[in-house]
Amino acid sequence: MALLDPTTQGEVDLTAALVDPGKAPRNSSRARLIWLRLRSTPRFWVGAVIVVGMIVWAIAGLWIAKWSPLDQDLINSSTGPSTSHWFGTDDIGQDIYAETVSGLRKSLVIGLIAGPVGTLIAAFVGAFAGYLGGKADAVISWLINFLLVLPAFFILVLLSPVFKSLSFLVLTAFIAMFSWMIMAQVIRAQTKSLRDREFVKAARFMGVGTPTIIRRHILPNVASLLIIDATLGVVAAIDSETALSYFGFGIQRPQVSLGVLLADGTPSATTRPWMFLFPAIVLIVLLFAVSLVGDALRDAVDPTSGNTRD
Amino acid sequence: MTEPPLLEVRDLSVSFPQASGIVRAVRGISYTVNQGEFLGIVGESGSGKSVSSMAVMGLLPRNAVVTGDVLLRGESLLGRDDRELSRLRGKEIAMIFQDPLSALTPVYTVGNQIAEGLMLHDKGLGAKAAAVRAVELLRVVGIPAPERRVNAFPHEFSGGMRQRVMIAIAIANDPNLIIADEPTTALDVTIQAQILEVLQKAKELTGAAVVLITHDLGVVAGNADRIAVMYAGKLVETGAVDDVFTRPVMPYTIGLLRSVPNLVTAGRTRLVPLEGRPPSLSNLPPGCPFEPRCPIAVSACTTEEPPLLQLRGGHDAACIRAGEIESGVLHPSDVFPRPEPVAEGAKVVNERESILSINGLVKHFPLTAGMVFKKQIGTVKAVDGIDLEIRGGEVLGLVGESGCGKSTTILEVLEMTSPQVGSITIAGRDVAELSKAERLSMRKDVQIVFQDPMAALDPRLTIEDIVGEPLTVHGTSRTERRRRVAELLDLVGLEHTMAGRYPHEFSGGQRQRVGIARALATSPKLLVLDEPVSALDVSIQAGIMNLLEDLKLQLGLSYLFVAHDLAVVRQIADTVAVMYLGRIVESGEVGEVFARPHHPYTQALMSAVPIPDPEAERSRVRILLDGDLPSPTDEISGCNFHGRCPLFKLLDPARQQRCLTEDPHLRVIDTTSAACHHVDQNTLQPL
Ligand SMILES: Nc1ncnc2c1ncn2[C@@H]1O[C@H](COP(=O)(O)OP(=O)(O)OP(=O)(O)O)[C@@H](O)[C@H]1O
Ligand code: SF4
Ligand code: SF4
Ligand SMILES: [Mg+2]
Repeated sequence: MALLDPTTQGEVDLTAALVDPGKAPRNSSRARLIWLRLRSTPRFWVGAVIVVGMIVWAIAGLWIAKWSPLDQDLINSSTGPSTSHWFGTDDIGQDIYAETVSGLRKSLVIGLIAGPVGTLIAAFVGAFAGYLGGKADAVISWLINFLLVLPAFFILVLLSPVFKSLSFLVLTAFIAMFSWMIMAQVIRAQTKSLRDREFVKAARFMGVGTPTIIRRHILPNVASLLIIDATLGVVAAIDSETALSYFGFGIQRPQVSLGVLLADGTPSATTRPWMFLFPAIVLIVLLFAVSLVGDALRDAVDPTSGNTRD
Repeated sequence: MTEPPLLEVRDLSVSFPQASGIVRAVRGISYTVNQGEFLGIVGESGSGKSVSSMAVMGLLPRNAVVTGDVLLRGESLLGRDDRELSRLRGKEIAMIFQDPLSALTPVYTVGNQIAEGLMLHDKGLGAKAAAVRAVELLRVVGIPAPERRVNAFPHEFSGGMRQRVMIAIAIANDPNLIIADEPTTALDVTIQAQILEVLQKAKELTGAAVVLITHDLGVVAGNADRIAVMYAGKLVETGAVDDVFTRPVMPYTIGLLRSVPNLVTAGRTRLVPLEGRPPSLSNLPPGCPFEPRCPIAVSACTTEEPPLLQLRGGHDAACIRAGEIESGVLHPSDVFPRPEPVAEGAKVVNERESILSINGLVKHFPLTAGMVFKKQIGTVKAVDGIDLEIRGGEVLGLVGESGCGKSTTILEVLEMTSPQVGSITIAGRDVAELSKAERLSMRKDVQIVFQDPMAALDPRLTIEDIVGEPLTVHGTSRTERRRRVAELLDLVGLEHTMAGRYPHEFSGGQRQRVGIARALATSPKLLVLDEPVSALDVSIQAGIMNLLEDLKLQLGLSYLFVAHDLAVVRQIADTVAVMYLGRIVESGEVGEVFARPHHPYTQALMSAVPIPDPEAERSRVRILLDGDLPSPTDEISGCNFHGRCPLFKLLDPARQQRCLTEDPHLRVIDTTSAACHHVDQNTLQPL
């Protein structure tokens, strides 16, 4: 019913006409709208402040520490939190605070790389499959479905001998490689509908090449989805890394991640809880905060939450 | 004269509180409808036509704030509870919507839905009797084989047939008032003509009054007794149809009437544009809402909104200068003067070489079934062997109903690849023989303007990037691009300072200008225009049509102009081709085809177009087609029009036999070409 789609657009800002075309504001009003809605979501602020705080802590936390992660204070091994060892020490006298900060740093780096990289793969694979259609689409869809039925965790476990000896970046790459499929399917479906939109057709009939059309017309129009996915992808990647490391298939000592610390702390969780508790709390708070941001983003973008779509 | 009128709307206002402010959709309108009267309400999109009639029906969403009163035979309808209202609805008042699919329940058969309405209001009626009556009603509204069709589901019906079902449901309980909101807007003209005929018949059968909401002045001229013109939530002029059409008083009405192309006069005079757009209803400035667009506005217009005042017998208008216009001091042609045509000197005279030549083009789509093992179960003959020719500086109008293959034809041209059968030659080069680089450079010569200007512009790019996009393909430098964009915006009548803005900041007409500017960026020879004005409000169409005419003359362009609106084609085209089920059934010089159509389909198409002139409408004889456009998958032997052909029915069996077995080809008849065996027998008189 015509009733439900208001025909009169918002007021036209007349001053905008006077601005020099080169300097006109470049962010579309949609982005502005999302930002306005985000700004008024407390969840977003809580999440964002915690995430930023944790990033700062991961970077600067070791500067203020009395111990480095590799130091061993053998006199004070297996002691609880004290003024010297804020989070206590483990069985070989390593400082849990220093280890937690260093583990958080690794987990964050892995999450912040693997999440967005997975999204990037999803964006390109999904957009090309959806845009090209036909044979290319069939092959890519088959590949996506194949990867989806593969037990990703099991494969990573099998592959762990390969990356055990290599840099943690290899592990990061593997995590990214197993995390893009679902989003790629979403992007593919979106692209399929965008491909039939007239502005895409117009570009095609102008002779604009496929990569340019995808970069200029398809990806910006699914950008909000991608941003959400990248955010939530960070959570998923940290999850995967933690699980792998926990079972000994991920990061290996002497490097530490939150998963490694949890694994080390588990046997003594009841007798010397600080070894397990501090890394666990940090992990939970981090995941919770990133999820909050992702969630708030999703709500701000959600097309069903208002008639403000362009 | 003590009998109260059937429907009386008194000072009705509707507003919607919203985050951005209160949207005052309807601002104090009053009108009456008498028993058996036919009232047409017209106005631009968003003028409050739908909202005001929803208020009458009590169908507004809960957040709507309604004030004023609605009286049915002197009894107030507002403030009644839902149950009472639903009893009235259907029994006393019936409503017909634009989109019958959403108004019918998909899971019940059509018969059930009619019977349900019947039994709801007549408790004594048994199921058997209701079913019998449902069949009867379907027959009344012209559904073929109603005994069988009564058991069909809504989705099995075409749009036109669903609308007939809606009318059947509406008249089932013998209502006293039928409100129809754009009942034919989604339909093709030939189907529209059928539906309007059924609506008139329903009105006669039930003796009900009809309120018809439409944006098509032609439909009002042909059907209504009285007209009410709405603008920005107000009634600005009402009166008897003849009065208002011949002596309009409110400048908006004058502009509207002068801006619509008229099938009879189109092509001879320029259209009168009515520029600008209606004000936002959320914070209206004081004064006459039409003031920003009114050419004769005076300073008093900005201070106080003129009320709707009585002029003479039942003709009311809301304008400060109504007196001057009515007395003839100001003539309608002074209010909206006709624009001057392009000066002779500015015209580019084109050598008449062939720009586009299509020969025997065929595009068939396989129709497959099955999810896993696809098998072909038929062929959709979207384009089935057509020839078209456009010369330099010429406009070819391609007309036909939806689904006849117009869009497929233009897509084939724009793809510039070798067609399934036949050939496409652009500027003397067969596209099948082009190399990749040649094809890219040929894309410069052929550009397209789409129907929906909002969908055709990427919402995330600035106007500068949109208009300059075709140039990026051909390696134009950034500064050169910027210069060209400014030049193009000037050319299409936009400020070049608008280059940094985004599509949503523009009105529909302005967006279409942006689309045209983009198409012109590479200085093409041929512009493909796919329904370039049909998504725009009538008042804005004229401005775009004039722009297209000017550009054609100034730049020596050729157009392939695809449209379903014959008056628009008549206005701009030099030659016209009429398409039916993938074939061209008639083509020729536009004046000839419109003056003396030879093919019965062309004749029916023309007689179906409503003319915005009540007198002309009344004296017309309509040639109505039977049924709907057959599905393009059907195998039809002989002439593919024979199932609906009005001439076929008049022929003797021997001649009919020829129609049934032999496929007619286009042949020259007098001054046009038509694909019909029996043109010499054609006694149909269109117009
Ligand atoms: N539920 C609603 N909430 C807010 N605003 C609404 C609502 N329904 C309608 N409007 C607004 O009321 C105004 C009038 O709308 P209406 O549907 O009556 O226009 P119309 O004349 O029927 O237009 P059209 O020709 O497009 O059908 C519009 O500005 C519209 O945006
Ligand atoms: S009141 Fe003034 S602005 Fe409004 S229509 Fe009349 S002359 Fe034009
Ligand atoms: S050939 Fe026969 S069926 Fe076809 S249009 Fe002519 S008269 Fe009608
Ligand atoms: Mg409406």
